Amino acid sequence: MSATLNATALTLPAQELAWKPPSRGRVGMYALIAAESAIFTIFVVAYLFYIGKSLSGPMPREVLSPPIFYTICLLSSSLTIHFATKTLRGGRVRSFGAWLLLTIALGAIFLYGTASEWHRLIYQDGLTISTNLFGTTYFSLVGLHGFHVIVGLVGLCIVMAFTLSGLVKQEYAERVEVLSMYWHFVDAVWIVVFTVVYVIGR
Amino acid sequence: MSTESITWPSATAGSRSFVDTLHEWVTTVDHKRLGLLYIAYALVFLLIGGIEAIVIRIQLIRPHNDFVSPQVFNRMFTMHGTTMIFFVVMPVLFGFANYLIPLMIGARDMAFPRLNAFSFWMTAFGGLLLYFSLVGANGLYGAGNAPDVGWFAYAPLTSQTFSLGHSTDFWTLALLVSGVGSVGTAINIIATILCMRCPGMTLAKMPLFAWLNLVMAGLVILAVSPLTAAQIMLLVDRYLGGHFFDTQAGGSAVIWMHFFWIFGHPEVYVLVLPAFAFASEIIPVFSRKPIFGYPVMVGATVAIGFISMSVWAHHMFTVGMGAAANTFFVISTMAIAVPTGIKIFNWLATMWGGKLEFKTPMLFCVAFLFQFLIAGLTGVMLSAAPFDWQLGNSYFVVAHFHYVIVGGILFTLFGAFYYWFPKMSGKMYSETLGQLHFWIFFIGFHLTFDFMHIPGLLGMPRRIYTYEPGRGWDMWNLIVTIGVFFQAAGILVFLVNLLWSYYRGKPAGSDPWDAWTLEWSTPSPPPAYNFALIPTVESRRPLWDLKHPDDPDWKYE
Repeated sequence: MSATLNATALTLPAQELAWKPPSRGRVGMYALIAAESAIFTIFVVAYLFYIGKSLSGPMPREVLSPPIFYTICLLSSSLTIHFATKTLRGGRVRSFGAWLLLTIALGAIFLYGTASEWHRLIYQDGLTISTNLFGTTYFSLVGLHGFHVIVGLVGLCIVMAFTLSGLVKQEYAERVEVLSMYWHFVDAVWIVVFTVVYVIGR
Repeated sequence: MSTESITWPSATAGSRSFVDTLHEWVTTVDHKRLGLLYIAYALVFLLIGGIEAIVIRIQLIRPHNDFVSPQVFNRMFTMHGTTMIFFVVMPVLFGFANYLIPLMIGARDMAFPRLNAFSFWMTAFGGLLLYFSLVGANGLYGAGNAPDVGWFAYAPLTSQTFSLGHSTDFWTLALLVSGVGSVGTAINIIATILCMRCPGMTLAKMPLFAWLNLVMAGLVILAVSPLTAAQIMLLVDRYLGGHFFDTQAGGSAVIWMHFFWIFGHPEVYVLVLPAFAFASEIIPVFSRKPIFGYPVMVGATVAIGFISMSVWAHHMFTVGMGAAANTFFVISTMAIAVPTGIKIFNWLATMWGGKLEFKTPMLFCVAFLFQFLIAGLTGVMLSAAPFDWQLGNSYFVVAHFHYVIVGGILFTLFGAFYYWFPKMSGKMYSETLGQLHFWIFFIGFHLTFDFMHIPGLLGMPRRIYTYEPGRGWDMWNLIVTIGVFFQAAGILVFLVNLLWSYYRGKPAGSDPWDAWTLEWSTPSPPPAYNFALIPTVESRRPLWDLKHPDDPDWKYE
């Protein structure tokens, strides 16, 4: 069997064998990530530019504390989605579903962390988006990132629904990997946002 | 290769009802139809933006004129700028890119056909949203309808205090929506060019058209996204009480200028690179020579892409950025003239010793070479900060950038219309009307924009509603306005030519120009599947190889 296949392949012109353009899903996702990075760059620049320029309180040092636990959750979800795509490549759809579920759970915990922080800031510390420049830049930047987490979670949940209904198969691993690239991007952006907001900005 | 065709059910279905045709066009994901939709949409907005320009020029034809009120005048120049950049030039260039790139690289469609349709409709609804402000923006304030803050909408003019009602919101949302469409199209163009090329078409064998559009799409991604970010910030300021651009609360009006021009200057190259792409396809074919210095052209294009990201603040010399920033942006702005100059020399070298045929497309491209050179020279003049302190925001600047956009981009665009009209419609355009269009428009262009430099040098600021007599501006403004009517007449001849040729033109055949790129190997207009067999190419001029098997290009590349 393998001998025949080899024989057929040899009759193809050498050029066609060598002609392997890159996957359009990956290239498209890289381009989207570049565009999103440009948007985040502008928000990060605005945040850095406005550090210490608020005319009234509350100030970052008084109200912000680094969300270490939630950060660990989000960053480890990069690891779990890596294992998820790896198991799908290997054809183990059930364990793919388990890793995917774990990823979604970790993302959801992170979102809960953001939500509880916002609740505290708004109702206890009296910091809203219109209070001062810190509020404006903080809620915009963290909110923009939170929005991207939500979009990523919606994507992962759709894949989860497909997995539960048995539609996800090994040959779709490439597509799930494209989605996982987006999720890795969302995690990587958080490292930047965390550094800017909770380290430099305090 | 691909000249044989296969039967296609919908093409042979005969005449259908209007509703069926409409449904087919609205739901289409075919790159050629979406390309034509982009182009038709842009032509409609070209007429609207052109009428706004005529209103502006009639108002300025003589001193103390009151053809329109000052409020309407502000709306006219804002809408003219916004319309022409975002809803005429960008869509028409995306239209040509959509139509031609898959045909040129031997693909059957774009990489993401549905994203393509989504992007078109986002752009289309963005334009409709902008013009819906005429009926929708008055709000409870009765504060006026169309946006009137200028096309770069400097803070604090855009704040709630100074811009009551919803006109600025319509402007912001229209640009936000169409920006999403633009980024979608850019992603699509990049993925198409990198992933859909036919066998044998390495990056070094792509037509220059594809290279230039690849760099253009990269710039759209890096330039339009900052605009989207800035628009989100403006919406936060206007709707949620944010303080990004609110100087009363410590915010900065200057940072809006930075964010806008980080978009705004690369945007110029987003518009001009496809114009270079048209010239790079048309000039070789009508010189009967391959393009001179292909690798250098590609290198210069990529260099323009990089340098254009670092020149934005030359729009802000008059703000007072300090000596270090001024020096940096003076040098980077002068540096970008180098790769652009290299391109001009390459096009000249392509024509040198060629068998030149001055058909309409070539006429427009030759005029482009000459006019773009002058536009570049006034650009280098303005790049010197002290010169810009004198002439910033004067009519000299207006004349300079219209020389780029009309004299450079619109001229090659007309060339592209004539060059690819036979491919898109299957009919030959009227050469007589084409030449008439060229000469009328050429005269009008030079009457308007040559003489517009002079009142600028004499101190006439841009965007003024009217002026006093006796400052030496009167005669120049009169000449400038007269030129506008020549340009309008030229555009009318162009539209008549398009319509007349579409219904009455002679059949064009698949390859009327004896050209060399893959789109000319398909029937005119190309069938939905483009190529019955996916071609394989061995050089940059696959059709030359096909027509001259005894002396193919791949022997020399």
